[in-house]
Amino acid sequence: MITKLDDAFRFHEVALNLRAERQQVLASNIANASTPNYKARDIDFAPALQQALAGKDSGGMRLVSTAPGHIRAEGQGSTGSAALQYRTPAQGSVDGNTVEMDAERAQFVQNSVHMETGLTVLSMQIKQMLSAIQG
Amino acid sequence: MSSFKIFEIAGSALTAQSQRLNVVASNLANADSATGSDGEAYKAKQVVFEATPAGKDRSGGVRVSTVITDPSPMRRVFEPKHPMADADGYVTMPNVNVVEEMVNMIDASRAYQNSVEVMNTAKSLMLRALTLGQ
Repeated sequence: MITKLDDAFRFHEVALNLRAERQQVLASNIANASTPNYKARDIDFAPALQQALAGKDSGGMRLVSTAPGHIRAEGQGSTGSAALQYRTPAQGSVDGNTVEMDAERAQFVQNSVHMETGLTVLSMQIKQMLSAIQG
Repeated sequence: MSSFKIFEIAGSALTAQSQRLNVVASNLANADSATGSDGEAYKAKQVVFEATPAGKDRSGGVRVSTVITDPSPMRRVFEPKHPMADADGYVTMPNVNVVEEMVNMIDASRAYQNSVEVMNTAKSLMLRALTLGQ
């Protein structure tokens, strides 16, 4: 039963983690909009999500077992290190900064709406499960 | 929770941009200060931003690395009656470019607004996550 619950929520958990991480990267771009030579970065969401779902993380956050009794949690799709890519600017600037505020804002809003959608769907799933349990 | 990192990042931008606004305010206020505590005309200051890498070169915030003194030449104004005038009747005035400072101010205030927006969005998303399953 527990694994079934885990399976039911796992996709959204992974997707939301990835969304939160992307949100952070975009926030960092916006924060550095005036920093000379700063290169804007982003996560390519679809491949990153597939990779995270397949449980292949390239050495980011993972559970460390510090005692022999600990259960090894492998392939749990942690999204600690989705590959960051550099954005290609439409109009470069003289100081080497590649942050374009309009593009960043658009991506940020898009990411927020997607995250909000994920949260809504997950919330509904939880309600569904609860009603299945409680009758 | 990783979302708290967003507050750190956006917060660092707020700090950096408000320091930039402070410097702009100082420059604008002293645009005509022909003399200061050291007996010389005020020299414009500029902030230098620097991205702060956060753990394994992931997304990071921003900070003011140094405040430099503007190297552009001082303004020389012919004003023989001025008490600070030299033998030729010229007064050395600050090298503050008021138009540039105004542009700087608008840029800083827009960047500040953007970061506030980022914080608000992150906050509402986190509050949404707290109501999961209710």
